[in-house]
Amino acid sequence: MLGVEGLSISFGGLAALSALSFEVAEREIFALIGPNGAGKSTVFNVVTGLYRPSAGRVRFRGQDLLRLPPHRIARRGIARTFQNTEVFRQLSALDNVLIGRHAHLRGGLVRGALGLPSVWREEAGARAVARALLERVGLAEVAGVEAGSLPLGSQKRLEIARALAAEPRLLLLDEPAGGLNPTETQAVMELIRRLRDEGGLTVLVVEHDMELVMGISDRVLVLNYGRRIASGSPREIAADPAVIEAYLGSEEA
Amino acid sequence: MRRAALVAGGAVLLAWPLLVPRYFVFLTSLIVVNAIVAIGLNLLSGYTNQLSFGHAGFFAVGAYVAAVLTVREPALPVVLTLALAGLATALVGLALGVPCLRLEGLYLAMATLAFGFVVVEAILNLDWLTRGNDGLAVPVARLGPLALASDAAKYYLVLAVGALMVAAAVNIARTRTGRALLAIRESEIAAQASGVHLAAYKTLAFAVSAFYTGVAGGLFAFVVGFISPDAFDVFLSVDFVAMIIVGGLGSIPGSILGAAVITLLYDWLAAFQNYRPLFFGLILIGCMLFMPGGIASRVPRRTPPAR
Ligand SMILES: Nc1ncnc2c1ncn2[C@@H]1O[C@H](COP(=O)(O)OP(=O)(O)OP(=O)(O)O)[C@@H](O)[C@H]1O
Ligand SMILES: [Mg+2]
Repeated sequence: MLGVEGLSISFGGLAALSALSFEVAEREIFALIGPNGAGKSTVFNVVTGLYRPSAGRVRFRGQDLLRLPPHRIARRGIARTFQNTEVFRQLSALDNVLIGRHAHLRGGLVRGALGLPSVWREEAGARAVARALLERVGLAEVAGVEAGSLPLGSQKRLEIARALAAEPRLLLLDEPAGGLNPTETQAVMELIRRLRDEGGLTVLVVEHDMELVMGISDRVLVLNYGRRIASGSPREIAADPAVIEAYLGSEEA
Repeated sequence: MRRAALVAGGAVLLAWPLLVPRYFVFLTSLIVVNAIVAIGLNLLSGYTNQLSFGHAGFFAVGAYVAAVLTVREPALPVVLTLALAGLATALVGLALGVPCLRLEGLYLAMATLAFGFVVVEAILNLDWLTRGNDGLAVPVARLGPLALASDAAKYYLVLAVGALMVAAAVNIARTRTGRALLAIRESEIAAQASGVHLAAYKTLAFAVSAFYTGVAGGLFAFVVGFISPDAFDVFLSVDFVAMIIVGGLGSIPGSILGAAVITLLYDWLAAFQNYRPLFFGLILIGCMLFMPGGIASRVPRRTPPAR
């Protein structure tokens, strides 16, 4: 479904990714792990069109993504969350999710300005969808609250709801459990699993929490200094000497 | 309750020319004209976070297009004249918005400031059309058989157009386009990741903002009956920015309130022309220190989840 081939990118002489290749299959939960600075978020930023690699290809459902600007990539069916949360802080949680539905709504400037009945019908429909998504991530009661004032755990879930509002086929989650307590982490794991099992989504997840990674992923790819050092099932990864070495060699255990 | 207040307010506005002296009718027209500009500016600066110090330029384009059209075609219905003034200004807005896509913050402020100067220079240079420094007398607006000559007639024109434009802005703000603009202000990368075409919406914001300001400029030309380049100097652009800061960035009711406050203040301070910048400076500083969200932030929201 998602194919990355020979991806390289560097920032001022520092090679953040070097000839990285991997393939994510449909309906797979694929984890990308590695020490801090390994290049995990950079993979997300290349796939979503924020960074332009110096070499390599990214293919999604048979089509080349690298020529497309970020909003077009989003419209192809790739949604994401951000490591350091990028909620629309001064907007309500509901509005955050409504913006996630942007690509599915038709009402443009003129029809919106005229307030045609079709626009309000569409708005009502979008609101219903957004509320259902907030309900699904457990944020129904804070629909009207400014997103920036929500606790971190809620902001992370809000980003997931906003991403889901786009009805993606591929969901990229950058540290969905970062900063969450164990109970919240369990809830996020459960949610990711259900999204795949019930919603048929493909999930690419970056995460430091090994319980989450080992608990839900079908396959794991380990990055270090922008290179793949191992890949396989969670069980294989946990026993891989190169992985143990990489993790013991950095502060992140 | 709210509906009742709206109906009562509407009735007062309709009866206004019967209730107050002529000068206040004129002043109210100016407030509405400025409110339209403030809404337009707010859609650009408050909603999309693109600061402009050049809106006097758009205002001038709208005023001169309307005035020149009416000089050439006195029988043109005023509604059409205003629409053309708005559209012509929107085109200018597009032309400015596209190169400004690369600019942010202070650089954008400087570019728009320069645009304001360019417009005034252009008006001076096109004197065969605009009469340059001599100024241009604006013929009476016509609507079919009606000649809108009295202050009251002009007031009703301004009020009707203003009401339409406020309603349209409220609708835009509440629907997909308004949310996309706000999303860009809040986080450009998250907006893009949600499928929002950054460049298209930033440019659209420029065009819509210019449209509002152009229509307001056209109304202004009819209300005052005489325009000259010196009326559209950089201080006017600063006044417009002051309106949205005082009223509240990103708020449509705030834009209207801010326009009212600044217009009235300008009127009261007319006797103290020389001290005007001083008063304005004090008010702006006070506003930023004690009321950073503007007047709108001090009015409790009705139903928080509704928007
Ligand atoms: N925009 C950028 N400009 C400069 N350097 C960057 C940029 N983005 C990433 N890098 C660098 O690329 C390397 C990989 O960064 P990346 O954010 O992908 O790491 P990561 O694996 O996500 O780490 P973490 O676990 O800390 O989130 C780092 O050395 C980082 O400093
Ligand atoms: Mg990262």
